[in-house]
Amino acid sequence: MALQMFVTFSPWNCLLLLVALECSEASSDLNESANSTAQYAPNAWFAAASSEPDERISVFELDYDYVQIPYEVTLWILLASLAKIGFHLYRRLPGLMPESCLLILVGALVGAIIFGTDHKSPPVMDSSIYFLYLLPPIVLEGGYFMPTRPFFENIGSILWWAVLGALINALGIGLSLYFICQVKAFGLGDVNLLQNLLFGSLISAVDPVAVLAVFEEARVNEQLYMMIFGEALLNDGITVVLYNMLIAFTKMHKFEDIEPVDILAGCARFIIVGLGGILFGIVFGFISAFITRFTQNISAIEPLIVFMFSYLSYLAAETLYLSGILAITACAVTMKKYVEENVSQTSYTTIKYFMKMLSSVSETLIFIFMGVSTVGKNHEWNWAFICFTLAFCQIWRAISVFALFYISNQFRTFPFSIKDQCIIFYSGVRGAGSFSLAFLLPLSLFPRKKMFVTATLVVIYFTAFIQGITVGPLVRYLDVKKTNKKESINEELHIRLMDHLKAGIEDVCGHWSHYQVRDKFKKFDHRYLRKILIRKNLPKSSIVSLYKKLEMKQAIEMVETGILSSTAFSIPHQARRIQGIKRLSPEDVESIRDILTSNMYQVRQRTLSYNKYNLKPQTSEKQAKEILIRRQNTLRESMRKGHSLPWGKPAGTKNVRYLSFTYGNPQSAGRDTRAAEFSDDDSSDPGSPSIMFSALSRIGSLKKQEAQEIIPMKSLHRGRKAFNSGYQRNTSQEEYLGGVRRVALRPKPLFHAVDEEGESGGESEGKASLVEVQSRWTTDRGHGRDHNRSHSPLLQKK
Amino acid sequence: MGSRSSHVAIPDADSIRRETGFSQASLLRLHHRFRALDRNKKGYLSRMDLQQIGALAVNPLGDRIIESFFPDGSQQVDFPGFVRVLAHFRPVEDEDTETQDPKKPEPLNSRRNKLHYAFQLYDLDGDGKISRHEMLQVLRLMVGVQVTEEQLENIADRTVQEADEDGDGAVSFVEFTKSLEKMDVEQKMSIRILK
Repeated sequence: MALQMFVTFSPWNCLLLLVALECSEASSDLNESANSTAQYAPNAWFAAASSEPDERISVFELDYDYVQIPYEVTLWILLASLAKIGFHLYRRLPGLMPESCLLILVGALVGAIIFGTDHKSPPVMDSSIYFLYLLPPIVLEGGYFMPTRPFFENIGSILWWAVLGALINALGIGLSLYFICQVKAFGLGDVNLLQNLLFGSLISAVDPVAVLAVFEEARVNEQLYMMIFGEALLNDGITVVLYNMLIAFTKMHKFEDIEPVDILAGCARFIIVGLGGILFGIVFGFISAFITRFTQNISAIEPLIVFMFSYLSYLAAETLYLSGILAITACAVTMKKYVEENVSQTSYTTIKYFMKMLSSVSETLIFIFMGVSTVGKNHEWNWAFICFTLAFCQIWRAISVFALFYISNQFRTFPFSIKDQCIIFYSGVRGAGSFSLAFLLPLSLFPRKKMFVTATLVVIYFTAFIQGITVGPLVRYLDVKKTNKKESINEELHIRLMDHLKAGIEDVCGHWSHYQVRDKFKKFDHRYLRKILIRKNLPKSSIVSLYKKLEMKQAIEMVETGILSSTAFSIPHQARRIQGIKRLSPEDVESIRDILTSNMYQVRQRTLSYNKYNLKPQTSEKQAKEILIRRQNTLRESMRKGHSLPWGKPAGTKNVRYLSFTYGNPQSAGRDTRAAEFSDDDSSDPGSPSIMFSALSRIGSLKKQEAQEIIPMKSLHRGRKAFNSGYQRNTSQEEYLGGVRRVALRPKPLFHAVDEEGESGGESEGKASLVEVQSRWTTDRGHGRDHNRSHSPLLQKK
Repeated sequence: MGSRSSHVAIPDADSIRRETGFSQASLLRLHHRFRALDRNKKGYLSRMDLQQIGALAVNPLGDRIIESFFPDGSQQVDFPGFVRVLAHFRPVEDEDTETQDPKKPEPLNSRRNKLHYAFQLYDLDGDGKISRHEMLQVLRLMVGVQVTEEQLENIADRTVQEADEDGDGAVSFVEFTKSLEKMDVEQKMSIRILK
């Protein structure tokens, strides 16, 4: 269709697509009615000359039925994507309402179109499509992007809340609705207990992650974040297990036949299904991690392995009637750590993005199906049922939140405040999961299915829109922001300083968790698991190093353009400002305040940042890079001048070399592993790029090597008039030294500190900012010094 | 949690507790952290050890924070010193203010001491005043590269000017305290895990 142009912005594109769709529907009807032989059209092309054509061979034909389903599905997905683009273009919208609202609207729109054009056979979701194709990507994405450390630290609370919360909600809502159904006046007498329980279980499937984006800027503490995330993760699994169990119950028995034995068996089954699924997931996770150990030569199939094994774990668990959702979640969690280290850079990025894409598509499709079934004639509106459902959803969620947290607070070191509990209560937004389960109720067992679907839709719409939109203001209100907007510049500066200070001290304190279990696991992990699952170090391809070269170049450019404007840092400016202090006008003050607020560095967010629909561009990474580069410069500058740090201590006689730094953001786990790759890369490729901020080099014995990568350094220096070329830079050799050492260690550093003992022995003191995350690095550093000299023969080779 | 860790006795645990006000559990955790940071098991921390905390490198004030652990030019910090710094960030509880014995020294996490700690981050030369130059340096640390030097100087000027009351062109500790009197410093500079 010629109208399939790629229009990027504005909601008018929806109209264009609407027109396109209309045309396609119209022409399909036209085709059907006018040209009865249209069905034969595809066959006609294939059935060569044997058939006598009844009419002239038409030069231009239209066959819509052949492509109908993929065509429409593609159009839907495209429409949703365009809507998302529009959504994000309006800056304020993402903060106002969750993205799932947008998807619901798009779905409703498509539903309206389909209804309006009286489309005969739109693609419909059925049980196998949902459970086999649409659900796994969503769950996989949730499991993969889950931050593991906070999850396992809070695992007790999370399990307690997710499992029991889901159970309480399901049973509570089911039972309450059953009692409502008993009331004759509402005309619901034919809905028995099992059906109510089933409805309760499917309506309690919440999707709280959708609202996380809304209150992202409010500093939600880590524990709260983890609770919401954990609940979202486990909730799907639990509701589906419950759902399937209850369906089995419904199929097997009439209500009166159910005996306590069955109920006991049901509970046992619940546990087995859950644990079995997790076990399957872990096994498959380890297998896939093991396999990725060997894929270095065919890195193109690495994403394939990851996805196939996750999917396989899901299917294998489903075969045995275990919980596929929990299996795929466990698989993703297990696999992530090892796979990320084994897999190449591009594969890693591919996996992340592909996962997001798949889950995004799945969810879009589910919402569109939801929209399609919203706008239609197949509703059954029963005031009582719907209103009570809504009411009970809220009531039971409140009960479960406050009761369960009250109990778990007794055992927690850091109890959840009432504020936190309110946020958790209010984030109980229903999403695609509930709708799917309602839609897939077998009609034979549920004669009043339409009523259930209608009620589910109402709950989803209500919670998604009303709660989704108001949760942001609520959180901000609860967060008790400062009331006075007019802060003086002093206050702003000091507040930001204190925030940074607090973040820094928090980092010094580290994470206080259950050390015992974590340490034990770490030991076990190091000793056995990593040996089996992580690949041995081998040189990476040159493509990878090229990629890293480009990154480095960008970093260098940024430094040049950025810092050039404000030259040497530590030149005292006393001379210039002898005159009296100017009195600044209010406008100046305002502009100063604006400059300050917009340009001050953000405090490093210890709380996690997860967006369900998006992989956020890492602005904090750029900031971190900036900070790091500036620190390096300052330190180098001050070293050169003979001061170590601005507070005037004499420079140590140590020679410190700063080797490669890659990504400054210590948050994302993936980055650490990227840095690990980088280090391995160095070992193989001595000319590999790293910004060498080497200070006074004491190793005159090492040859200077004019490697390619020094040139960017030179251009960097050329820009600074302050620096002179009295610098000695030993680049590749030292780096190679460090690299060789690193091969043995496999550290995961952000920087490599290679400390050299100068003439004076004794304690090494880094005057510079070197960061090292892994402890093994330092323990071997001592050995490294000894190896230093012995490696010099190796240098001759290069 | 802490009680099951390997029992390395904390020397002078009682005196540290009295001085800093930490609970026994917190002290044990801090000791565990101290030992984790002290890679070579030296018994004290050097700057190197603190610099290996990855997150500090991307903190604009990372260097200064590390430096604050080493008062008076020392090169090592032992456990009491380590804890003393962290004690500034203990949340202020009501019981601290009630049992305020006028003869006892002010607890380390009092508002005044917290502010003093922050003040020291500005005042590098330790003369008890934040000069314009020092203010400018802090600004440089905290502001992105897009801001020109000229603008930074303006901001520094304005900041000093706002707070300076006696007109000496520098901000003394008293003036610093006064400029922050409306701010909830206790909450800003408290880390809730440090009970």
